[in-house]
Amino acid sequence: MLATILKRLLGAIPNLIGVIVVTFLLTRALPGDPAAFFAGPAGTAEAVEEIRVKLGLNKSLPEQFLLYVRDLSRGDWGNSLATGQSVLTELTTRLPASLELTLCGLVLAVVIAIPLGILAATRPGSWIDHLCRGIATAGVSLPTFFTGLLLAYIFYFLLGWAPSPLGRLDPYLSSPPTVTGFYLIDSLLVGDLDVFVGAAKQLILPAVTLALFVLAPLARMTRAAMLGVLSADFIRTARAAGLAPTTVLFTYAFRNALLPVMTTLGMVFSFLLGSNVLVEKVFAWPGIGSFAIEALVASDYAPVQGFVLTMALLYVFLNLAIDIAYGLVDPRMRIDQ
Amino acid sequence: MSLLAVENLSLEFRTRSGIVRALENVSLELPEGGSLGLVGESGSGKSVLSFAILGIQDAAARITAGRIRFAGQDLLANEGRAMKALRGRELAMIFQNPRVALNPIRQVGQQIEDVLRRHTDLRGKTLRARAIECLAEVRIPDPERRYAAYPFELSGGMCQRVMIAIALACRPRLLIADEPTTGLDVTTQAAIMRLIRDLGHEKGMATLLITHDLGLAREFCDKLAVMHAGHIVETGPTEAVFRTPAHPYAAQLTRATPVGQDRLENLAAIPGNLPDLRRTDLPACRFAERCERRADDCAIPLPRYEVGAGHTAFCHHPTRLEAA
Repeated sequence: MLATILKRLLGAIPNLIGVIVVTFLLTRALPGDPAAFFAGPAGTAEAVEEIRVKLGLNKSLPEQFLLYVRDLSRGDWGNSLATGQSVLTELTTRLPASLELTLCGLVLAVVIAIPLGILAATRPGSWIDHLCRGIATAGVSLPTFFTGLLLAYIFYFLLGWAPSPLGRLDPYLSSPPTVTGFYLIDSLLVGDLDVFVGAAKQLILPAVTLALFVLAPLARMTRAAMLGVLSADFIRTARAAGLAPTTVLFTYAFRNALLPVMTTLGMVFSFLLGSNVLVEKVFAWPGIGSFAIEALVASDYAPVQGFVLTMALLYVFLNLAIDIAYGLVDPRMRIDQ
Repeated sequence: MSLLAVENLSLEFRTRSGIVRALENVSLELPEGGSLGLVGESGSGKSVLSFAILGIQDAAARITAGRIRFAGQDLLANEGRAMKALRGRELAMIFQNPRVALNPIRQVGQQIEDVLRRHTDLRGKTLRARAIECLAEVRIPDPERRYAAYPFELSGGMCQRVMIAIALACRPRLLIADEPTTGLDVTTQAAIMRLIRDLGHEKGMATLLITHDLGLAREFCDKLAVMHAGHIVETGPTEAVFRTPAHPYAAQLTRATPVGQDRLENLAAIPGNLPDLRRTDLPACRFAERCERRADDCAIPLPRYEVGAGHTAFCHHPTRLEAA
């Protein structure tokens, strides 16, 4: 098992090399000149040139690439021009914020979507089936920034139930000592319930926004997979053997329907991590999405490259985790066979 | 008294394109420990009937008339609650295509345990021991090791043995075998049929064999019921039906079955197809439109024609006279 995981990780290296090359070229192909941007509108031609030399942008592309790879191999992901901080530090402090938000949204979506999909599949044509279809349609057709703004408008501005949508924690509370970087967990680790409740309150609206968006594919996939499995021959065998309806539904049908649901889950998860930029913007969430978009606007190469590389690494681990989970559910898919 | 008695059962499917009258006025009887072969071409309603007996028919199916009695109990009473209590314990069923009829991601031993746990008080080690015993009973070699196998690791014949083990785990009094050898190769077919017969004899279990293979039914069953388009057209002791078939359909079906040295050119195909069961103008005899002996009175309700002892056909113009 361990050897297989290692083999899989080694197999991901060519992908990572590809990602490094492509992001390097893509950032260079972007319009805009970082040197001119940082010299500002008042910057003279000499000043721009000076910055360019300082950044090494006057060198040829292959030279720049070699320097970039050399730095990477030393664990140096470069510095952000905008903040002056090392990109690695910026990303590692921001990644937990994004992960916490994404995971909460995902868990929320799973908790709602899977029961909904199962109910819809066991009662096709019923009101719950129509509800499932309605939620699915609404979920995919409403863009996240719109639902985010709508939720903030209703629950913060009109009703005043939610705290102001500004970041991960109320400014009067101090963030818990960093262990995992997840405020919900870190606050519990030090037993600070106030901070836990505060962080949860800030988290609810953006997490619901994300959940609404991924609810749709999850509920639809659960429903479709369950419908397919429920009409399978082995379900008839189980029913003919007189097994309890709950055993048939969960032990027999749902476990078999889990594979496509897990595939969808992996897809929406990786999709969310990168694309919750808009939600992070709406709720002033200090995550990597908003960080990357700011860097992109400023033609700030190092953070963009760092962001893409981080995402690539996450994808590799995510796919590995999903493959291992497949094997746990389906013996035909055990990866060490 | 018979173990299983289906009395004037009618069943229809409500579909978007109309009502399908899948079973009409079907009656059959199976004594304790007996074996009955339900034969007919695909689509004649054999499987629908067996699903109805177990109460696992499609949600769109509705039983519109008749009764199903098992050991004196009315299985349809209380919205089928009587049936639910017996299903898997007193009545069991095995299916065709055994490789897809088992849960693909559950160890076969666990699938047997699921049934035992549901119907018995066995738990823990004794449960596992009994599951292994069930595997041994269906002559699966090395049952301790096979307990942990998944269906995809077993051959089709082995999977069918596992399914039989699941069906027989609680020692049912009736086994319904729906085309149990379809999807298996010929040598495995013979072994599976022998196994079903031997276990039936050992445990005094009645068997309802559903098949389109008349040769198989002849070898295996004491009695036959011939189905056509949702009707039982003829029923009687196997040899009597084969020797003196009275209904034209049964007669043609027996002629279409190879026996011994028959050559292909001597086998007769039955012309035409099953009628569309959604039609509202179906004649009383649903075979009439394919029948060479058709007459005007075939449109009026069918008479019961007693061919011999326990041998009955439903036809206005039975072929009795020429047959012998």
